Amino acid sequence: MFEAAVYVTLKKGILDPEGKAVKNSLRSLGYEQVEEVKSGKLFLLKLKTQDRKTAEEEVRQICEKLLVNKVLEDYTFELREVGR
Amino acid sequence: MKFGVVFFPGANAADCFYVIDQVIGHPVSSIQPEERELVGFDCVILPGGFSYGDYLRAGALAGAAPVVEQIADFAEQGGLVLGIGNGFQILLNAGLLPGAMRKNENFRFCCRDVFLRVENSRTPFTNRYHQGEVIKYPIAHGEGNYYVDADGLAQLEQNGQVVFRYCNEDGELIPAANPDGSVGNIAGICNVKGNVLGLMPHPERCSEEILGNAYGLRLFLSVLDWWGIHTQEGVMTDE
Repeated sequence: MFEAAVYVTLKKGILDPEGKAVKNSLRSLGYEQVEEVKSGKLFLLKLKTQDRKTAEEEVRQICEKLLVNKVLEDYTFELREVGR
Repeated sequence: MKFGVVFFPGANAADCFYVIDQVIGHPVSSIQPEERELVGFDCVILPGGFSYGDYLRAGALAGAAPVVEQIADFAEQGGLVLGIGNGFQILLNAGLLPGAMRKNENFRFCCRDVFLRVENSRTPFTNRYHQGEVIKYPIAHGEGNYYVDADGLAQLEQNGQVVFRYCNEDGELIPAANPDGSVGNIAGICNVKGNVLGLMPHPERCSEEILGNAYGLRLFLSVLDWWGIHTQEGVMTDE
């Protein structure tokens, strides 16, 4: 069994109103040192796949087919083996 | 000719259904998201609303519903597909139209009447409007900030795929008339063939005078006219 942590973020140059709003709030709390805030999503997937290579390919497909909008978003993922 | 309206959970499908059934009095059926066979329809409508709670991204989960694959085949064969609001977002997620929706530039959900300029009145959905006509539709969205890269935008413009743009009352495409930050003030686009239209504003919510204006009705009547022309060898049907 594998556990995948998928991180989805907006591509560089794509407007991120949520990140911008959070940054403004942090500034108003006095955190003037905050230069940038990027919002994103984290998905944790559990797969009953046996081998790592297949699991990697499956997660890639899952990302491209549904989790990620490739026009606006980038993704990375970490895969780790877990016991049943 | 028969209309179908897809009833996704969380969508306002009944609005579209009502306009076709009660206002223009034309045959219409509901279509379920799990449907794996689309038979007997000539125009399929993906309505506005918040399908599946807009989880993941607006329109993303609906875009993966079984019926959408059928709608893609239907469109490929020349069937008319209309996506309104959330329906437009679904068409983008499913790849039936190019580009994607970002959250509104001003962070806000935007719910009001807007002016639109009809940029292409030759589509099956807009032939009852004049080229360049300024009309008024309501919008109600938080994620309608249309994005396509510069090459994509040039292609849309070259092919006449930009159908509606946000404008002021005089038809000027100024930034102040753009409610969400969409590139090129774009409010609605079609595919290259013109049989798939997606737009953020809601024609079904302005199809009767009692709702403020009836500009939207002409979009649905355009479909009937187009169908009349198509089946009666170029004879324009009179109302």
